[in-house]
Amino acid sequence: MTADRRWRIGLRALGLGYLALLLLIPIGVVFYRTFENGLGAVYDSVTTPAAISAFSLTLTVTAIAVPLNTIFGVLCALALARGRFRGKALLNAIIDLPFAISPVVVGLALILVFGRGGWLGDLPFQVIFSVPGIVLATIFISVPFVVREVTPVLKEVGDEQEQAAATLGAGRWQSFWRITLPSIRWGVAYGVVLSVARCIGEFGAVSVVSGKISGETETLTLLVEKRFQNFDLAGAYAASALLAFIALATLLAMTMINPRRDDA
Amino acid sequence: MTTLALNLRGRPAGRPGALGLGVSTLWLSLIVLLPLAAVVARSTEGGLDAFWSAVSSRQAVSALRFTLLVSLVTTLINAVTGTLIAWILVRDRFRGQRVVNALIDLPFALPTIVAGLTLLALYGPTSPVGIDVAFTQFAVLLALLFVTLPFVIRAVQPVLIELDREMEEAALSLGANARTVFLRVILPNLVPAILSGAALAFARAVGEFGSIVLISGNIPFETQVASMFIFKQIESDNPIGAAAISVVLLALSLVVLIGIRGLGRWGARHDRR
Repeated sequence: MTADRRWRIGLRALGLGYLALLLLIPIGVVFYRTFENGLGAVYDSVTTPAAISAFSLTLTVTAIAVPLNTIFGVLCALALARGRFRGKALLNAIIDLPFAISPVVVGLALILVFGRGGWLGDLPFQVIFSVPGIVLATIFISVPFVVREVTPVLKEVGDEQEQAAATLGAGRWQSFWRITLPSIRWGVAYGVVLSVARCIGEFGAVSVVSGKISGETETLTLLVEKRFQNFDLAGAYAASALLAFIALATLLAMTMINPRRDDA
Repeated sequence: MTTLALNLRGRPAGRPGALGLGVSTLWLSLIVLLPLAAVVARSTEGGLDAFWSAVSSRQAVSALRFTLLVSLVTTLINAVTGTLIAWILVRDRFRGQRVVNALIDLPFALPTIVAGLTLLALYGPTSPVGIDVAFTQFAVLLALLFVTLPFVIRAVQPVLIELDREMEEAALSLGANARTVFLRVILPNLVPAILSGAALAFARAVGEFGSIVLISGNIPFETQVASMFIFKQIESDNPIGAAAISVVLLALSLVVLIGIRGLGRWGARHDRR
Protein backbone atom coordinates (compact mmCIF):
# COMPACT_ATOMS: atom_id res chain seq x y z
CA MET A 1 0.00 0.00 0.00
CA THR A 2 2.82 2.42 0.82
CA ALA A 3 4.62 1.50 -2.37
CA ASP A 4 1.40 2.16 -4.26
CA ARG A 5 1.06 5.52 -2.51
CA ARG A 6 4.66 6.42 -3.29
CA TRP A 7 4.06 5.62 -6.96
CA ARG A 8 0.91 7.68 -6.96
CA ILE A 9 2.65 10.74 -5.52
CA GLY A 10 5.62 10.28 -7.82
CA LEU A 11 3.41 10.17 -10.91
CA ARG A 12 1.44 13.16 -9.68
CA ALA A 13 4.63 15.17 -9.19
CA LEU A 14 5.88 14.18 -12.63
CA GLY A 15 2.66 15.13 -14.43
CA LEU A 16 2.09 18.36 -12.57
CA GLY A 17 5.76 19.29 -12.92
CA TYR A 18 5.51 18.86 -16.69
CA LEU A 19 2.39 21.03 -16.79
CA ALA A 20 4.04 23.68 -14.63
CA LEU A 21 7.19 23.91 -16.74
CA LEU A 22 5.37 23.91 -20.06
CA LEU A 23 2.22 25.84 -19.26
CA LEU A 24 1.82 27.55 -15.93
CA ILE A 25 5.23 29.10 -15.20
CA PRO A 26 5.64 30.60 -18.70
CA ILE A 27 2.19 32.18 -18.50
CA GLY A 28 2.91 33.41 -15.01
CA VAL A 29 6.11 35.05 -16.29
CA VAL A 30 4.22 36.82 -19.09
CA PHE A 31 1.68 38.23 -16.66
CA TYR A 32 4.47 39.26 -14.29
CA ARG A 33 6.41 40.97 -17.08
CA THR A 34 3.24 42.69 -18.27
CA PHE A 35 2.36 44.22 -14.96
CA GLU A 36 5.82 44.84 -13.48
CA ASN A 37 5.77 48.41 -14.80
CA GLY A 38 2.38 49.11 -13.30
CA LEU A 39 -1.16 49.10 -14.59
CA GLY A 40 -0.87 52.56 -16.14
CA ALA A 41 1.76 51.49 -18.64
CA VAL A 42 -0.34 48.50 -19.66
CA TYR A 43 -3.41 50.68 -20.06
CA ASP A 44 -1.51 53.17 -22.23
CA SER A 45 -0.14 50.38 -24.34
CA VAL A 46 -3.49 48.76 -25.11
CA THR A 47 -5.22 52.07 -25.82
CA THR A 48 -2.92 53.43 -28.52
CA PRO A 49 -4.82 54.13 -31.76
CA ALA A 50 -3.14 51.13 -33.44
CA ALA A 51 -4.13 48.83 -30.58
CA ILE A 52 -7.72 50.04 -30.49
CA SER A 53 -8.05 49.66 -34.23
CA ALA A 54 -6.52 46.17 -34.08
CA PHE A 55 -8.88 45.15 -31.30
CA SER A 56 -11.95 46.45 -33.11
CA LEU A 57 -10.90 44.75 -36.35
CA THR A 58 -10.48 41.46 -34.48
CA LEU A 59 -13.94 41.85 -32.92
CA THR A 60 -15.54 42.81 -36.26
CA VAL A 61 -14.08 39.80 -38.04
CA THR A 62 -15.19 37.52 -35.21
CA ALA A 63 -18.68 39.05 -35.26
CA ILE A 64 -18.99 38.15 -38.96
CA ALA A 65 -17.37 34.72 -38.90
CA VAL A 66 -18.96 33.21 -35.80
CA PRO A 67 -22.68 33.78 -36.64
CA LEU A 68 -22.18 32.52 -40.19
CA ASN A 69 -20.42 29.39 -38.98
CA THR A 70 -23.04 28.89 -36.27
CA ILE A 71 -25.90 28.87 -38.78
CA PHE A 72 -23.93 26.62 -41.10
CA GLY A 73 -22.87 24.45 -38.17
CA VAL A 74 -26.41 23.79 -36.92
CA LEU A 75 -27.72 23.05 -40.43
CA CYS A 76 -24.79 20.80 -41.20
CA ALA A 77 -25.18 18.98 -37.89
CA LEU A 78 -28.87 18.41 -38.70
CA ALA A 79 -27.89 16.92 -42.05
CA LEU A 80 -25.26 14.69 -40.46
CA ALA A 81 -27.37 13.53 -37.53
CA ARG A 82 -30.78 13.19 -39.22
CA GLY A 83 -30.23 12.86 -42.94
CA ARG A 84 -29.43 9.70 -44.80
CA PHE A 85 -27.51 10.32 -47.99
CA ARG A 86 -24.59 9.13 -50.02
CA GLY A 87 -21.28 10.76 -49.36
CA LYS A 88 -21.90 11.35 -45.65
CA ALA A 89 -18.46 10.02 -44.76
CA LEU A 90 -16.94 12.40 -47.31
CA LEU A 91 -18.84 15.37 -45.86
CA ASN A 92 -17.62 14.37 -42.41
CA ALA A 93 -14.04 14.25 -43.59
CA ILE A 94 -14.25 17.63 -45.36
CA ILE A 95 -15.54 19.30 -42.19
CA ASP A 96 -12.44 18.14 -40.31
CA LEU A 97 -10.07 19.46 -42.98
CA PRO A 98 -9.59 22.92 -41.41
CA PHE A 99 -8.33 21.20 -38.23
CA ALA A 100 -5.67 19.34 -40.16
CA ILE A 101 -4.45 22.04 -42.52
CA SER A 102 -1.65 24.46 -41.76
CA PRO A 103 -2.97 28.01 -41.35
CA VAL A 104 -0.30 29.21 -43.77
CA VAL A 105 -1.72 26.91 -46.45
CA VAL A 106 -5.17 28.39 -45.79
CA GLY A 107 -3.80 31.88 -46.39
CA LEU A 108 -1.95 30.74 -49.50
CA ALA A 109 -5.12 29.08 -50.83
CA LEU A 110 -7.01 32.36 -50.56
CA ILE A 111 -4.19 34.19 -52.36
CA LEU A 112 -4.31 31.64 -55.16
CA VAL A 113 -8.07 32.19 -55.56
CA PHE A 114 -8.46 35.92 -54.91
CA GLY A 115 -4.95 37.29 -55.39
CA ARG A 116 -3.30 38.75 -58.48
CA GLY A 117 -3.69 36.24 -61.33
CA GLY A 118 -5.97 34.06 -59.18
CA TRP A 119 -9.12 32.24 -60.20
CA LEU A 120 -11.27 35.12 -58.92
CA GLY A 121 -8.48 37.68 -59.04
CA ASP A 122 -10.44 40.45 -60.79
CA LEU A 123 -13.40 40.96 -58.47
CA PRO A 124 -14.54 44.61 -58.26
CA PHE A 125 -13.32 44.83 -54.66
CA GLN A 126 -10.04 43.86 -53.06
CA VAL A 127 -9.96 40.65 -51.01
CA ILE A 128 -6.29 39.95 -50.38
CA PHE A 129 -4.46 42.50 -48.17
CA SER A 130 -7.87 43.72 -47.11
CA VAL A 131 -10.62 42.94 -44.60
CA PRO A 132 -12.63 40.46 -46.77
CA GLY A 133 -9.54 38.23 -47.00
CA ILE A 134 -9.14 38.27 -43.22
CA VAL A 135 -12.82 37.40 -42.81
CA LEU A 136 -12.60 34.50 -45.30
CA ALA A 137 -9.47 33.13 -43.62
CA THR A 138 -11.13 33.33 -40.21
CA ILE A 139 -14.31 31.62 -41.42
CA PHE A 140 -12.21 28.83 -42.97
CA ILE A 141 -10.32 28.00 -39.81
CA SER A 142 -13.41 28.08 -37.57
CA VAL A 143 -15.71 25.95 -39.76
CA PRO A 144 -15.64 22.70 -37.73
CA PHE A 145 -16.33 23.86 -34.16
CA VAL A 146 -20.12 24.23 -34.00
CA VAL A 147 -20.74 21.18 -36.25
CA ARG A 148 -18.52 19.00 -34.11
CA GLU A 149 -20.16 20.08 -30.85
CA VAL A 150 -23.78 19.91 -32.05
CA THR A 151 -23.82 16.67 -34.08
CA PRO A 152 -23.30 14.32 -31.09
CA VAL A 153 -25.93 16.22 -29.07
CA LEU A 154 -28.47 15.85 -31.88
CA LYS A 155 -27.75 12.13 -32.14
CA GLU A 156 -28.13 11.73 -28.39
CA VAL A 157 -31.40 13.66 -28.18
CA GLY A 158 -32.99 11.60 -30.96
CA ASP A 159 -35.98 12.75 -32.96
CA GLU A 160 -38.94 11.30 -31.01
CA GLN A 161 -39.98 14.71 -29.73
CA GLU A 162 -39.79 16.20 -33.21
CA GLN A 163 -41.93 13.34 -34.52
CA ALA A 164 -44.43 13.92 -31.73
CA ALA A 165 -44.56 17.62 -32.55
CA ALA A 166 -45.10 16.81 -36.22
CA THR A 167 -48.01 14.48 -35.42
CA LEU A 168 -49.52 17.29 -33.36
CA GLY A 169 -49.40 19.53 -36.40
CA ALA A 170 -46.27 21.57 -35.80
CA GLY A 171 -44.57 22.93 -38.88
CA ARG A 172 -40.89 22.51 -39.59
CA TRP A 173 -39.92 25.94 -38.27
CA GLN A 174 -42.09 25.65 -35.22
CA SER A 175 -40.62 22.27 -34.40
CA PHE A 176 -37.09 23.56 -34.95
CA TRP A 177 -37.47 26.65 -32.77
CA ARG A 178 -39.49 25.04 -29.97
CA ILE A 179 -38.03 21.54 -29.81
CA THR A 180 -34.75 21.05 -31.62
CA LEU A 181 -33.00 24.32 -30.78
CA PRO A 182 -33.77 24.30 -27.04
CA SER A 183 -32.47 20.75 -26.74
CA ILE A 184 -29.17 21.52 -28.42
CA ARG A 185 -28.62 25.02 -27.03
CA TRP A 186 -25.74 24.13 -24.70
CA GLY A 187 -23.98 22.27 -27.46
CA VAL A 188 -24.37 25.32 -29.70
CA ALA A 189 -23.15 27.59 -26.90
CA TYR A 190 -20.07 25.43 -26.39
CA GLY A 191 -19.29 25.45 -30.11
CA VAL A 192 -19.75 29.24 -30.25
CA VAL A 193 -17.35 29.77 -27.34
CA LEU A 194 -14.71 27.61 -29.02
CA SER A 195 -15.24 29.42 -32.34
CA VAL A 196 -14.94 32.86 -30.75
CA ALA A 197 -11.69 31.93 -29.04
CA ARG A 198 -10.28 30.50 -32.25
CA CYS A 199 -11.36 33.49 -34.36
CA ILE A 200 -9.89 36.04 -31.96
CA GLY A 201 -6.66 34.09 -31.71
CA GLU A 202 -6.08 33.19 -35.35
CA PHE A 203 -2.65 34.24 -36.53
CA GLY A 204 -1.16 32.20 -39.38
CA ALA A 205 -3.90 32.37 -42.00
CA VAL A 206 -4.64 36.01 -41.25
CA SER A 207 -0.95 36.89 -41.30
CA VAL A 208 -0.64 35.63 -44.90
CA VAL A 209 -3.62 37.51 -46.35
CA SER A 210 -3.72 40.69 -44.27
CA GLY A 211 -0.85 42.75 -45.63
CA LYS A 212 -0.44 44.04 -42.04
CA ILE A 213 -1.34 47.66 -42.69
CA SER A 214 -1.34 49.33 -39.28
CA GLY A 215 -4.75 50.79 -38.39
CA GLU A 216 -6.41 49.02 -41.33
CA THR A 217 -5.73 45.31 -41.69
CA GLU A 218 -3.85 44.62 -38.48
CA THR A 219 -5.55 42.28 -36.02
CA LEU A 220 -4.64 41.94 -32.36
CA THR A 221 -2.46 38.86 -32.88
CA LEU A 222 -0.61 40.58 -35.74
CA LEU A 223 -0.04 43.57 -33.45
CA VAL A 224 1.64 41.27 -30.92
CA GLU A 225 4.03 40.02 -33.59
CA LYS A 226 4.80 43.50 -34.92
CA ARG A 227 5.48 44.94 -31.49
CA PHE A 228 7.76 42.03 -30.66
CA GLN A 229 9.70 42.47 -33.87
CA ASN A 230 10.01 46.22 -33.27
CA PHE A 231 11.60 45.44 -29.89
CA ASP A 232 8.57 46.83 -28.07
CA LEU A 233 8.53 43.91 -25.62
CA ALA A 234 6.36 45.64 -23.02
CA GLY A 235 3.79 46.47 -25.71
CA ALA A 236 3.82 42.91 -27.02
CA TYR A 237 3.33 41.56 -23.50
CA ALA A 238 0.45 43.98 -22.84
CA ALA A 239 -1.41 42.95 -26.02
CA SER A 240 -0.66 39.29 -25.20
CA ALA A 241 -2.03 39.70 -21.70
CA LEU A 242 -5.25 41.04 -23.19
CA LEU A 243 -5.48 37.97 -25.45
CA ALA A 244 -4.60 35.68 -22.54
CA PHE A 245 -7.44 37.19 -20.49
CA ILE A 246 -9.82 36.42 -23.34
CA ALA A 247 -8.48 32.85 -23.39
CA LEU A 248 -8.99 32.47 -19.63
CA ALA A 249 -12.53 33.84 -19.97
CA THR A 250 -13.08 31.20 -22.66
CA LEU A 251 -11.94 28.45 -20.32
CA LEU A 252 -14.26 29.76 -17.62
CA ALA A 253 -17.18 29.78 -20.05
CA MET A 254 -16.30 26.24 -21.13
CA THR A 255 -16.23 24.91 -17.57
CA MET A 256 -19.56 26.61 -16.87
CA ILE A 257 -21.28 25.29 -20.01
CA ASN A 258 -19.88 21.76 -19.88
CA PRO A 259 -21.89 20.34 -16.92
CA ARG A 260 -25.12 21.88 -18.23
CA ARG A 261 -24.40 20.28 -21.55
CA ASP A 262 -24.28 16.93 -19.82
CA ASP A 263 -27.66 17.43 -18.10
CA ALA A 264 -29.40 18.55 -21.27
CA MET B 1 -55.31 7.06 -36.58
CA THR B 2 -55.34 7.72 -40.28
CA THR B 3 -54.15 11.28 -39.81
CA LEU B 4 -51.46 10.12 -37.46
CA ALA B 5 -50.20 7.57 -39.94
CA LEU B 6 -50.40 10.11 -42.73
CA ASN B 7 -48.51 12.63 -40.69
CA LEU B 8 -45.83 10.14 -39.83
CA ARG B 9 -45.41 9.09 -43.40
CA GLY B 10 -45.69 12.65 -44.64
CA ARG B 11 -43.17 13.77 -42.08
CA PRO B 12 -40.08 14.46 -44.05
CA ALA B 13 -37.60 11.96 -42.68
CA GLY B 14 -34.71 13.80 -44.17
CA ARG B 15 -36.22 17.23 -44.77
CA PRO B 16 -34.49 19.33 -42.13
CA GLY B 17 -31.51 17.28 -43.17
CA ALA B 18 -32.13 18.07 -46.83
CA LEU B 19 -32.03 21.84 -46.32
CA GLY B 20 -29.00 21.39 -44.07
CA LEU B 21 -27.30 19.22 -46.64
CA GLY B 22 -27.78 21.78 -49.41
CA VAL B 23 -26.52 24.69 -47.33
CA SER B 24 -23.61 22.69 -45.92
CA THR B 25 -22.44 21.51 -49.29
CA LEU B 26 -22.59 25.01 -50.74
CA TRP B 27 -20.83 26.59 -47.74
CA LEU B 28 -18.08 23.98 -47.59
CA SER B 29 -17.54 24.16 -51.33
CA LEU B 30 -17.13 27.93 -51.31
CA ILE B 31 -15.19 28.34 -48.09
CA VAL B 32 -13.08 25.18 -47.88
CA LEU B 33 -12.98 23.22 -51.13
CA LEU B 34 -12.58 26.00 -53.69
CA PRO B 35 -9.45 27.47 -52.05
CA LEU B 36 -7.92 24.04 -51.46
CA ALA B 37 -8.66 23.04 -55.05
CA ALA B 38 -6.80 26.19 -56.12
CA VAL B 39 -3.73 25.10 -54.15
CA VAL B 40 -3.71 21.65 -55.73
CA ALA B 41 -4.57 22.79 -59.26
CA ARG B 42 -2.19 25.74 -59.36
CA SER B 43 0.74 23.91 -57.78
CA THR B 44 1.55 22.39 -61.18
CA GLU B 45 0.90 25.59 -63.13
CA GLY B 46 4.56 25.86 -64.04
CA GLY B 47 4.64 22.27 -65.25
CA LEU B 48 5.52 19.07 -63.43
CA ASP B 49 9.22 19.86 -63.63
CA ALA B 50 8.73 23.13 -61.79
CA PHE B 51 6.62 21.31 -59.21
CA TRP B 52 9.30 18.72 -58.69
CA SER B 53 12.15 21.20 -58.46
CA ALA B 54 10.18 23.27 -55.91
CA VAL B 55 9.52 20.21 -53.77
CA SER B 56 13.01 18.75 -54.09
CA SER B 57 15.04 21.92 -53.54
CA ARG B 58 17.56 21.43 -50.73
CA GLN B 59 15.89 23.97 -48.47
CA ALA B 60 12.41 22.51 -49.01
CA VAL B 61 13.58 18.95 -48.33
CA SER B 62 15.41 20.08 -45.21
CA ALA B 63 12.36 21.98 -43.93
CA LEU B 64 10.04 19.03 -44.62
CA ARG B 65 12.44 16.58 -42.99
CA PHE B 66 12.82 18.69 -39.86
CA THR B 67 9.04 19.20 -39.67
CA LEU B 68 8.40 15.46 -39.84
CA LEU B 69 11.09 14.65 -37.32
CA VAL B 70 10.13 17.25 -34.73
CA SER B 71 6.42 16.37 -35.15
CA LEU B 72 7.17 12.69 -34.56
CA VAL B 73 9.16 13.46 -31.41
CA THR B 74 6.35 15.75 -30.22
CA THR B 75 3.82 12.98 -30.83
CA LEU B 76 5.83 10.37 -28.95
CA ILE B 77 6.36 12.64 -25.93
CA ASN B 78 2.66 13.51 -25.99
CA ALA B 79 1.63 9.87 -26.03
CA VAL B 80 3.53 9.31 -22.77
CA THR B 81 2.90 12.58 -20.91
CA GLY B 82 -0.69 12.77 -22.16
CA THR B 83 -1.51 9.33 -20.81
CA LEU B 84 0.24 10.16 -17.54
CA ILE B 85 -1.66 13.44 -17.07
CA ALA B 86 -4.99 11.84 -18.02
CA TRP B 87 -4.26 9.19 -15.40
CA ILE B 88 -3.57 11.83 -12.74
CA LEU B 89 -6.76 13.68 -13.61
CA VAL B 90 -8.97 10.57 -13.48
CA ARG B 91 -7.48 8.19 -10.90
CA ASP B 92 -5.66 10.51 -8.53
CA ARG B 93 -7.24 12.92 -6.02
CA PHE B 94 -5.56 16.15 -5.04
CA ARG B 95 -6.45 19.74 -4.24
CA GLY B 96 -6.88 21.96 -7.26
CA GLN B 97 -7.54 19.02 -9.54
CA ARG B 98 -10.52 20.70 -11.19
CA VAL B 99 -8.51 23.84 -11.89
CA VAL B 100 -5.74 21.76 -13.46
CA ASN B 101 -8.34 19.94 -15.52
CA ALA B 102 -9.75 23.22 -16.83
CA LEU B 103 -6.28 24.60 -17.57
CA ILE B 104 -5.45 21.65 -19.85
CA ASP B 105 -7.50 23.34 -22.58
CA LEU B 106 -5.54 26.58 -22.28
CA PRO B 107 -3.28 25.81 -25.28
CA PHE B 108 -6.45 25.52 -27.42
CA ALA B 109 -7.85 28.80 -26.13
CA LEU B 110 -4.62 30.80 -26.15
CA PRO B 111 -3.68 32.41 -29.48
CA THR B 112 -0.64 30.65 -30.93
CA ILE B 113 1.40 33.84 -31.23
CA VAL B 114 0.86 34.41 -27.49
CA ALA B 115 1.92 30.81 -26.83
CA GLY B 116 5.21 31.49 -28.62
CA LEU B 117 5.75 34.76 -26.78
CA THR B 118 4.94 33.04 -23.49
CA LEU B 119 7.56 30.34 -23.98
CA LEU B 120 10.06 32.96 -25.08
CA ALA B 121 9.47 34.90 -21.86
CA LEU B 122 10.66 31.96 -19.76
CA TYR B 123 13.03 30.13 -22.11
CA GLY B 124 14.31 33.01 -24.26
CA PRO B 125 17.04 35.68 -24.07
CA THR B 126 15.24 37.59 -21.30
CA SER B 127 14.64 34.46 -19.22
CA PRO B 128 14.50 35.18 -15.47
CA VAL B 129 16.09 31.78 -14.76
CA GLY B 130 18.86 32.10 -17.31
CA ILE B 131 17.72 29.32 -19.66
CA ASP B 132 17.92 30.51 -23.27
CA VAL B 133 16.95 28.00 -25.93
CA ALA B 134 15.52 30.53 -28.42
CA PHE B 135 16.28 29.89 -32.11
CA THR B 136 17.20 26.24 -31.54
CA GLN B 137 15.50 23.04 -32.67
CA PHE B 138 14.64 22.39 -29.04
CA ALA B 139 12.66 25.64 -28.97
CA VAL B 140 10.54 24.39 -31.88
CA LEU B 141 9.91 21.15 -29.99
CA LEU B 142 8.90 23.14 -26.92
CA ALA B 143 6.41 25.23 -28.91
CA LEU B 144 4.89 22.12 -30.50
CA LEU B 145 4.60 20.38 -27.12
CA PHE B 146 2.77 23.44 -25.80
CA VAL B 147 0.17 23.67 -28.57
CA THR B 148 -0.47 19.92 -28.81
CA LEU B 149 -0.70 19.28 -25.06
CA PRO B 150 -4.50 18.71 -24.84
CA PHE B 151 -4.96 16.18 -27.66
CA VAL B 152 -3.86 12.91 -26.02
CA ILE B 153 -5.12 13.94 -22.58
CA ARG B 154 -8.60 14.74 -23.88
CA ALA B 155 -8.71 11.53 -25.94
CA VAL B 156 -7.62 9.24 -23.10
CA GLN B 157 -9.55 10.85 -20.24
CA PRO B 158 -13.09 9.72 -21.18
CA VAL B 159 -11.90 6.17 -21.90
CA LEU B 160 -10.18 6.00 -18.53
CA ILE B 161 -13.34 7.26 -16.78
CA GLU B 162 -15.47 4.60 -18.49
CA LEU B 163 -12.96 1.83 -17.90
CA ASP B 164 -14.38 -1.05 -15.89
CA ARG B 165 -12.54 -1.28 -12.56
CA GLU B 166 -13.66 -4.85 -12.03
CA MET B 167 -11.17 -6.08 -14.58
CA GLU B 168 -8.31 -4.50 -12.64
CA GLU B 169 -9.62 -5.82 -9.33
CA ALA B 170 -9.90 -9.29 -10.80
CA ALA B 171 -6.31 -9.12 -12.05
CA LEU B 172 -5.10 -7.88 -8.66
CA SER B 173 -6.97 -10.61 -6.79
CA LEU B 174 -5.34 -13.18 -9.07
CA GLY B 175 -1.96 -11.95 -7.88
CA ALA B 176 -0.95 -9.47 -10.57
CA ASN B 177 1.09 -6.52 -9.33
CA ALA B 178 0.29 -2.90 -10.21
CA ARG B 179 2.78 -2.90 -13.08
CA THR B 180 1.27 -5.98 -14.69
CA VAL B 181 -2.24 -4.60 -14.26
CA PHE B 182 -1.23 -1.39 -15.99
CA LEU B 183 0.61 -3.06 -18.86
CA ARG B 184 -1.75 -6.00 -19.45
CA VAL B 185 -5.17 -4.65 -18.46
CA ILE B 186 -5.31 -0.85 -18.55
CA LEU B 187 -2.93 0.06 -21.34
CA PRO B 188 -4.45 -2.23 -24.00
CA ASN B 189 -7.80 -0.54 -23.37
CA LEU B 190 -6.28 2.90 -23.80
CA VAL B 191 -4.25 2.22 -26.93
CA PRO B 192 -6.91 3.25 -29.51
CA ALA B 193 -7.52 6.54 -27.66
CA ILE B 194 -3.79 7.22 -27.27
CA LEU B 195 -3.24 6.58 -30.96
CA SER B 196 -6.07 8.80 -32.15
CA GLY B 197 -5.03 11.62 -29.79
CA ALA B 198 -1.44 11.24 -30.95
CA ALA B 199 -2.49 11.32 -34.60
CA LEU B 200 -4.38 14.58 -34.03
CA ALA B 201 -1.34 16.01 -32.26
CA PHE B 202 0.85 14.94 -35.17
CA ALA B 203 -1.44 16.57 -37.75
CA ARG B 204 -1.45 19.77 -35.74
CA ALA B 205 2.33 19.75 -35.24
CA VAL B 206 3.06 19.28 -38.95
CA GLY B 207 1.12 22.42 -39.89
CA GLU B 208 1.89 24.58 -36.85
CA PHE B 209 2.96 28.15 -37.55
CA GLY B 210 1.95 30.84 -35.04
CA SER B 211 3.70 29.50 -31.96
CA ILE B 212 6.92 28.85 -33.91
CA VAL B 213 7.27 32.23 -35.64
CA LEU B 214 8.91 34.10 -32.79
CA ILE B 215 10.81 31.31 -31.09
CA SER B 216 12.41 29.41 -34.00
CA GLY B 217 14.39 32.22 -35.61
CA ASN B 218 13.54 30.55 -38.94
CA ILE B 219 17.13 29.49 -39.68
CA PRO B 220 17.20 27.59 -43.02
CA PHE B 221 18.58 24.03 -42.78
CA GLU B 222 18.26 24.22 -39.01
CA THR B 223 15.09 25.49 -37.36
CA GLN B 224 13.00 26.25 -40.45
CA VAL B 225 9.79 24.21 -40.50
CA ALA B 226 7.66 23.58 -43.59
CA SER B 227 4.98 26.16 -42.77
CA MET B 228 7.64 28.86 -42.25
CA PHE B 229 9.25 27.88 -45.55
CA ILE B 230 5.88 28.22 -47.32
CA PHE B 231 5.38 31.60 -45.68
CA LYS B 232 8.77 32.81 -46.91
CA GLN B 233 7.98 31.60 -50.43
CA ILE B 234 4.74 33.60 -50.40
CA GLU B 235 6.60 36.67 -49.13
CA SER B 236 9.17 36.41 -51.90
CA ASP B 237 6.27 36.34 -54.38
CA ASN B 238 6.55 32.68 -55.32
CA PRO B 239 2.99 31.44 -54.57
CA ILE B 240 3.23 28.59 -57.08
CA GLY B 241 6.35 27.16 -55.41
CA ALA B 242 4.64 27.63 -52.06
CA ALA B 243 1.63 25.71 -53.41
CA ALA B 244 3.86 22.78 -54.37
CA ILE B 245 5.19 22.38 -50.80
CA SER B 246 1.64 22.90 -49.51
CA VAL B 247 0.42 19.97 -51.59
CA VAL B 248 2.96 17.76 -49.83
CA LEU B 249 1.71 19.02 -46.44
CA LEU B 250 -1.93 18.57 -47.53
CA ALA B 251 -1.22 15.00 -48.59
CA LEU B 252 0.33 14.33 -45.18
CA SER B 253 -2.71 15.80 -43.39
CA LEU B 254 -5.06 13.68 -45.51
CA VAL B 255 -3.16 10.50 -44.73
CA VAL B 256 -3.31 11.30 -41.03
CA LEU B 257 -7.04 12.13 -41.18
CA ILE B 258 -7.81 8.87 -42.97
CA GLY B 259 -5.65 7.07 -40.43
CA ILE B 260 -7.64 8.61 -37.55
CA ARG B 261 -10.92 7.46 -39.11
CA GLY B 262 -9.50 3.96 -39.45
CA LEU B 263 -8.39 4.03 -35.81
CA GLY B 264 -11.81 5.21 -34.73
CA ARG B 265 -13.42 2.26 -36.49
CA TRP B 266 -10.84 -0.12 -35.06
CA GLY B 267 -11.35 1.29 -31.55
CA ALA B 268 -15.13 0.89 -31.86
CA ARG B 269 -14.96 -2.58 -33.40
CA HIS B 270 -16.40 -4.20 -30.29
CA ASP B 271 -19.21 -1.65 -29.96
CA ARG B 272 -21.07 -2.77 -33.07
CA ARG B 273 -23.73 -5.28 -32.46
